[in-house]
Amino acid sequence: MYTIKRKTIIETIKDLFIDSAYNLDEKLVSSLKKAKQSETNNLGKNILDRIIDNQEIARNDDIPLCQDTGVSVVFLEIGRELIFDYDLEEAINVGVRRGYIDGFLRKSIVKHPLNRINTLDNTPAIVHFNFIPGNKLIIHVAPKGGGSENMSRLKMLSPSEGEAGVIDFVLDTVKKAGGKACPPLIVGVGIGGNFEKSALLAKQAIFRSIDDNAKNEVDQKLEKLLLEKINKLNVGPMGLGGTTTALAVKVNSFPCHIASLPVAVNLQCHSARKKEVTLIGKKINNTN
Amino acid sequence: MAKKLTTPINEETRKSLTVGEEILISGYIYTARDAAHKLLVDAIKNKEKLPFDLIDQVVYYVGPTPAKPNQVIGACGPTSSYRMDKFSPELMKRGLNVMIGKGPRSEEFIDAVKENKAVYLLAIGGLGAKLSKTVKENTTIAYEYLQSEAIHRLKVVEFPVIVAIDYLGNTIFQ
Repeated sequence: MYTIKRKTIIETIKDLFIDSAYNLDEKLVSSLKKAKQSETNNLGKNILDRIIDNQEIARNDDIPLCQDTGVSVVFLEIGRELIFDYDLEEAINVGVRRGYIDGFLRKSIVKHPLNRINTLDNTPAIVHFNFIPGNKLIIHVAPKGGGSENMSRLKMLSPSEGEAGVIDFVLDTVKKAGGKACPPLIVGVGIGGNFEKSALLAKQAIFRSIDDNAKNEVDQKLEKLLLEKINKLNVGPMGLGGTTTALAVKVNSFPCHIASLPVAVNLQCHSARKKEVTLIGKKINNTN
Repeated sequence: MAKKLTTPINEETRKSLTVGEEILISGYIYTARDAAHKLLVDAIKNKEKLPFDLIDQVVYYVGPTPAKPNQVIGACGPTSSYRMDKFSPELMKRGLNVMIGKGPRSEEFIDAVKENKAVYLLAIGGLGAKLSKTVKENTTIAYEYLQSEAIHRLKVVEFPVIVAIDYLGNTIFQ
């Protein structure tokens, strides 16, 4: 069996959140630069230019890209040969606390949705656990902003509504979000599963690399079609018109009930901050 | 060339602004977002003294990241304005008639803009690092316990905005 020290988890989580808040993924920066070339609206072009400039300032001067350093979302892919003799989720929360305090990130979490008292350290993080073969731990983190999250939606469609129903719902969500979700967006779409699974699929979709393709052909086609249609909505950068409403659409699907067609749309703003790292477990000596 | 304005911004100046126009604001502006708006409106209802004189002042919807020891302020881009729609009319009545945020506003808000000869300005969302460079002074003046949601007085130099809703209620949003 293998393990990873608690201290390593804490340090890794702390560093990932600080790094993600200051340094935008290079692939995303390339995508923004490409969008700037193709954008037909002058104001839109100008806004894209400032967004590109902003990420350079953030990177060079160690200033967070955006003041909303988000809800701390963590996806863990845990190798089945790993064992932990401590509370992994607690260790992650310690890492988040240190990252947000040491990194001068904004603490945006309140203890109860109705009493609204700040927890002062951005905990608790939202942590998802999955298992994979082997002795590795893959950690994905994203400080997810509130603006785009607030404009995200879920709907239980009737199976007869089919692909057209899914497309209509996605387009309507992006249109209604307008400038509030800070476009250009990455649109995460989850179809199938059940109520909570569709939301999780949509969230996992925005964690995918900006330049990858969906696993199956149906989803790939839908991604292409949706991106084309979304960029014809004339929402544009910050909702002020233009051809760059989304940089990418990511569709993740899952089998579902004969009576259901769940669809969830998770919007990601242009400050699409996320990082991942792979830790390799250390062999534990067998004492038996 | 963008028009340059210095705060406070009176009715005559507000009336000279047209939708889509780019403006660079210099002078003192005040930060307030969800929690501070609620407290300000509660204070008005309870006839309490307000933390600053609202007349012709500029409010900016922002909750910045904490400043590092060598910084005036952290990242400080705008938050979505629609959440302030419920509170803004009451503050406009008291003279707080220049508002900076991001995204569209409600019909009721636009009606209040017309009534009070106010103006709503857009800052570009997600430019937290870039906008921080325009802030030269940062003083917490009220509700310090709200942390990022406290009211700060910021001295800004050429803070860039776009006129989104003018005093006649014309809007940049489709």
